[in-house]
Amino acid sequence: MKVLDHLRQPPALSLRFSAVWLRNLRVWRKLMLPSILGNFGEPLLYLLALGYGLGQFVGEVESMPYMVFLASGIVCSAAMTGATFEALYSAYTRLTQQQTWAAMLAAPMNVDDVVLGEIVWAATKALINASAIVLVAALLGLVAGPEALLVLPVILLAGLAFAGIAMIVTALSPSYDFFLYYFTLVMTPMLLLSGVFFPLSSLPEAVQIGAQGLPLAHVVMLVRPLMTGGGIDAPLLHLGVILVYIVATYWISAALARRRLIR
Amino acid sequence: MGHAAVETGSVPAVVARGLTRRYGGVNVVDGIDLDIEAGECFALLGPNGAGKTTTLRMLLGLTPPSAGEITVLGEPIPQRARAMRERAGIVPQFDNLDPDFSVRENLITYGAYYGARRREVEARMTELLQFAELTERADEPIQGLSGGMKRRLTLARALVNDPELLALDEPSTGLDPQARQHIWERLHTLRRQGRTLLLTTHYMEEAERLCDRAAIIDHGHIVACDSPTRLIHQHIEPHVVELRGDLALQWMGRLSGGEALDGLRVDPVGETVLIYGHERDSLLDRVEALIGPGYLYRPASLEDVFLRLTGRELRD
Ligand SMILES: Nc1ncnc2c1ncn2[C@@H]1O[C@H](COP(=O)(O)OP(=O)(O)OP(=O)(O)O)[C@@H](O)[C@H]1O
Ligand SMILES: [Mg+2]
Repeated sequence: MKVLDHLRQPPALSLRFSAVWLRNLRVWRKLMLPSILGNFGEPLLYLLALGYGLGQFVGEVESMPYMVFLASGIVCSAAMTGATFEALYSAYTRLTQQQTWAAMLAAPMNVDDVVLGEIVWAATKALINASAIVLVAALLGLVAGPEALLVLPVILLAGLAFAGIAMIVTALSPSYDFFLYYFTLVMTPMLLLSGVFFPLSSLPEAVQIGAQGLPLAHVVMLVRPLMTGGGIDAPLLHLGVILVYIVATYWISAALARRRLIR
Repeated sequence: MGHAAVETGSVPAVVARGLTRRYGGVNVVDGIDLDIEAGECFALLGPNGAGKTTTLRMLLGLTPPSAGEITVLGEPIPQRARAMRERAGIVPQFDNLDPDFSVRENLITYGAYYGARRREVEARMTELLQFAELTERADEPIQGLSGGMKRRLTLARALVNDPELLALDEPSTGLDPQARQHIWERLHTLRRQGRTLLLTTHYMEEAERLCDRAAIIDHGHIVACDSPTRLIHQHIEPHVVELRGDLALQWMGRLSGGEALDGLRVDPVGETVLIYGHERDSLLDRVEALIGPGYLYRPASLEDVFLRLTGRELRD
């Protein structure tokens, strides 16, 4: 079948995906501690070093200390990185070298189940990583109040969207090297242009408008007020954009994976 | 081990009509018809690249056919492949055990892909581990297993759902003779339990020992399909003399002297000469008269049929 035929066919939703999720959870549990420390060490370093060092020069941003401003951004970027690495490298290894997907497909599983299971698992990793940072931020007094807990469902949705985008790349990728394009052309620009490290408003207007298409920008616009205690502008718009990303990327990645595997 | 195959009775395990698969403009499977009864052991034989794996994958709903109709365990394929695979077990050509898990965890995790709870698989664990003779190694990582152990675990994994139909793609390729015997013994057991076995193999002995019927496939076509005994009976003379090395050269030397060979068929294969005859005594008399004793006599086998029907040139 051609790509278009696959794209025309909606993914078949079923709860079977949970077996894939459970498999990955079982593997993760074996290496839980090093995994958590490894995944959360780097963003924490960014938060502390940039927040403290840069904070000295920057002072207040959007009328809050820079460290407070940055903490919410780092939570979002950690979610993005967590979901992306899992849905790129780990899922690709299971698709190619380990042939774990092939083994699953010989059982009563469809490609759509496997892709969904991997995406939900990658979002779970995003949630784990981001929760660890929210916790540290709370301990450091960088969080306004208990409504910061609402960050977690937002992060889970964000994780689904980022994992979905990465899964498209995984389904297309001929090798691990291919992922470098994604990092250079998509991830890094998105990280720099979504208001993680500095407010979007400091960018030229054209860039600001372009940034409205980036899912990370919308995630930051939801998470920052929740963590710092401000009101959210147009929450439904941000949620809507994230949801569109979730549905579209699952649809596309499932179609591409079907094209790759059902032959 | 309990078996689920009892009630299926009259529903055939596999029915395929005009099964065809094109890759890059070539029909690698070209209009195959198959009828396999429930409880039967059926082998697909064929040289490398003949289309065995592709046929198997189409029957299992893993590869969509370019043309043709398939029904497996009463379910139309690929439309209801998921429902069919819930009742089937698959041993792929190349092992794909989960390297992140131990032997036991591999079985539990695979059970989950069938929707089985951990408890349900645990309940059958002893039985599955015993079947694979891996009880002592249950908690070891699979990296430490030998090729034979991995194959046995793959076979046990295909049994987690107590399947009616087992599809095995070259179950014993790459194993030493002991490990192969072991797999054959397991397959015998599964057959006795009433499960349908559909396997591909390059070992003619495997098909002869295990299978009720075998189809020989070449270039995507079935060139013959029957019980091993009848295939031998229909396609080849029943008696064979094999001459090797010097004897083969001697024979060929004599032949150029213009000996008549009424009733015998001579097939030179590299350094070996095979002489086929319809009657044992007259065959042996003729050979002895020409080159004396020292030859090797054997009854014709499925291998002779296979080489006869698929030719001797190398594939791939
Ligand atoms: N996905 C694919 N894309 C293109 N060609 C393929 C694909 N799968 C199989 N083929 C080709 O189809 C032919 C039949 O392959 P198949 O794997 O079915 O053979 P086989 O009988 O199982 O061989 P072997 O004994 O080596 O396992 C081969 O020429 C193979 O190269
Ligand atoms: Mg094959």
